[in-house]
Amino acid sequence: MTANQIALAYLVASVFFILALKGLSSPESARRGNLLGMIGMALAVLTTIFIILSGRIEFIFLAMVIGGTIGTFVARRVQMTQMPELVAAMHSLVGMAAVLIAVAAVNNPGAFGVPDPMPTGNRLELFIGTFVGAITFTGSVIAFGKLAGLGKYFRLFSSAPVVFKGQHLLNLVLAIVMIGFGVAFFLAPDKGWTPFWVMTAIAFVLGLLIIIPIGGADMPVVISMLNSYSGWAAAGIGFSLNNSMLIIAGSLVGSSGAILSYIMCRAMNRSFISVILGGFGAAEGAAAAGAAQKTVRSGSADDAAFLMSNAENVIIVPGYGLAVARAQHAVKEMAEKLIHKGVNVRYAIHPVAGRMPGHMNVLLAEAEVPYDQVFEMDDINSEFGTTDVALVLGANDVVNPLAHEKGSAIYGMPILEVARARTVLVNKRSMAAGYAGLDNPLFYMDKTMMVFGDAKKVMEEIVKALD
Amino acid sequence: MTGTVDPTVVNLIVFVLAVFVGYHVIWNVTPALHTPLMSLTNAISSVIIVGAILAAGASALDLGSTMGVIAVALASVNVAGGFLVTQRMLEMFKKKEPKGGKRAA
Repeated sequence: MTANQIALAYLVASVFFILALKGLSSPESARRGNLLGMIGMALAVLTTIFIILSGRIEFIFLAMVIGGTIGTFVARRVQMTQMPELVAAMHSLVGMAAVLIAVAAVNNPGAFGVPDPMPTGNRLELFIGTFVGAITFTGSVIAFGKLAGLGKYFRLFSSAPVVFKGQHLLNLVLAIVMIGFGVAFFLAPDKGWTPFWVMTAIAFVLGLLIIIPIGGADMPVVISMLNSYSGWAAAGIGFSLNNSMLIIAGSLVGSSGAILSYIMCRAMNRSFISVILGGFGAAEGAAAAGAAQKTVRSGSADDAAFLMSNAENVIIVPGYGLAVARAQHAVKEMAEKLIHKGVNVRYAIHPVAGRMPGHMNVLLAEAEVPYDQVFEMDDINSEFGTTDVALVLGANDVVNPLAHEKGSAIYGMPILEVARARTVLVNKRSMAAGYAGLDNPLFYMDKTMMVFGDAKKVMEEIVKALD
Repeated sequence: MTGTVDPTVVNLIVFVLAVFVGYHVIWNVTPALHTPLMSLTNAISSVIIVGAILAAGASALDLGSTMGVIAVALASVNVAGGFLVTQRMLEMFKKKEPKGGKRAA
C-alpha cells in the first residue's frame, strides 16, 4: 500500500465513525450506527497491520487477543448499574495507551514516519497528547474508585470531596512546572528523555489532584470531561504522528465529551469551572441536620399502593438511589401492574439523575421499560400539574424546590416540578440530605408521603400490595 | 506562493473541520442514548490502537516496541469492550421497539 492508499483507507474509516455517531440520533438507527463504527475500526486496524506486515506481527496479535478477550468478557458481564465505573475504566486505558505511544514515539520516531530526532513542532504536539493522556489516566482511575465506592479502602477514592488548603495553588504551580519541562523537551538537542519523564510524571500527579476534590454527584460532569480528554489525547498523538484518522476520531470524541459536560453543567446550573474546582456540598452538610425537627408524614408500601392504584396519572422520578438499590426491574413490574389497572404511568428523567449522562435511561431500558413511557425533563415538566401521584425514587436534589429560592446553593437549577402533583410519594432510605447538603422542603409538604426503605424492597412490597 | 503546505497545517485543517462535524453530530444525539454515546465514543477513541500497532511493529525489540505492544493490549480491551457493551445496551433499547409496529400490523 502506498501512503496515499493508506490515507484514503483512514478517511473511509473516519467517515464510518461519523456515521456511527450520527446513528445515535434515534434508538432505531443506533444499532446500525454501532455496526458502522465496528466496520470503521476493523478497516483502520487492518490497514495499519498491512503497513507493518514486515515487522513482528506475532506480539501484536497476542496483545490484541489478550486485550480483546478481556474487553469481551467485561462487556458481557458488567451490570448496567456499573456502567459509569466501566466507562471511567475504559477512559483510563485510552489515556495510558496515549502515554505509552508517546514514549515509543520519543524512543523511535522513525517507526511513525517522523524524522529522528523529532522536530520541535511534533514535540509540542506529542507533549500535549502525553500530558492530556496522563491526566486522563490518573483522573479516570480516581473517578473509577469514586464511582465503584472504593472510598472505604482508599481515602482518595472517597465519593466525598477530598480537599486541602492550597489545593488549587498547588495544581497551578504543578501545571506551570510541567509546561516548563515541556519547553525543555522541545528545546532538547537529543531525544529529551529527562524532561519528557518529568513532565509525564507531573501530569500523572495532576490528573489525580484535579479529580479528588470533585464529589460523587458531580460525576456526570467528570466522566464527560474525561471522555473529552481521552479524545483530545488521541488527537494530540495524531498531530505528532501526522495521522489524520487519529485527529478526526479524537476530535469527534473530544467534542462529544465537551458537549456532554456542557449539558450536565447546564442541568445543574453550575459553571464548568465551579464543578472542576470541586468541594461542592462539603461545607453545607451540617445545615440539614438541624432541620430534622420538622414533621414528616411517612407511610407504608400498602398506603403507596393504594394511592397509586386509585390514581389516573402517575409519574415516576428515578434517581441514583434506584441504581444503588438495583430496583429497575422491580419498578418496571410495579408500573406494569398499575398500567394493567388502567393507570397512565410515565417516567421523568432529569439530565443529571444518576452518575453519568443517560444512566437512568439505560437502567429503565434494561428493565424493558418501553421508551415511549420515558420522558426528558423539558418534555414532561408541564405535566406534573395534572398528575395525581408523583413517585420519587432515590432522587433528591433534582426535585428540590429550593432551586426556586434565591440564595440557596442550588438556586436556578432546573428541577422536575414534582411538587405540582396532587400527591407526592418519596422513597428514600433515610432523611439524609442529598449531595448538595441541603434539606428538601418537598419532604415536609402536606401532600408528601415518605416511604422509607430500600427502593427495591419497597417496590416489591408495593407489587405485592397491588395484587 | 511557493512550496508545499506543512503537514502541521494540514493536520490543523483536518482538526478544525472534524471538531465542527463532531459538534453538529453530537448535538443531534438523543439524550436517552447519552450512555451508549459515551461507550461508543470510548470505543472510537481507542482507534489510538493504530499508533500502538505502528509502535509495536518496529523491527527492533526495544523500549518503543515494548510500549507499543502493551498499548495494543490496552486499546484492544477498549475496542472490544466499547463496541460490545454499546451493542448490549442498544439491544435493550430495541426490545420494546416493535410495540407500536406490531399492533399496527
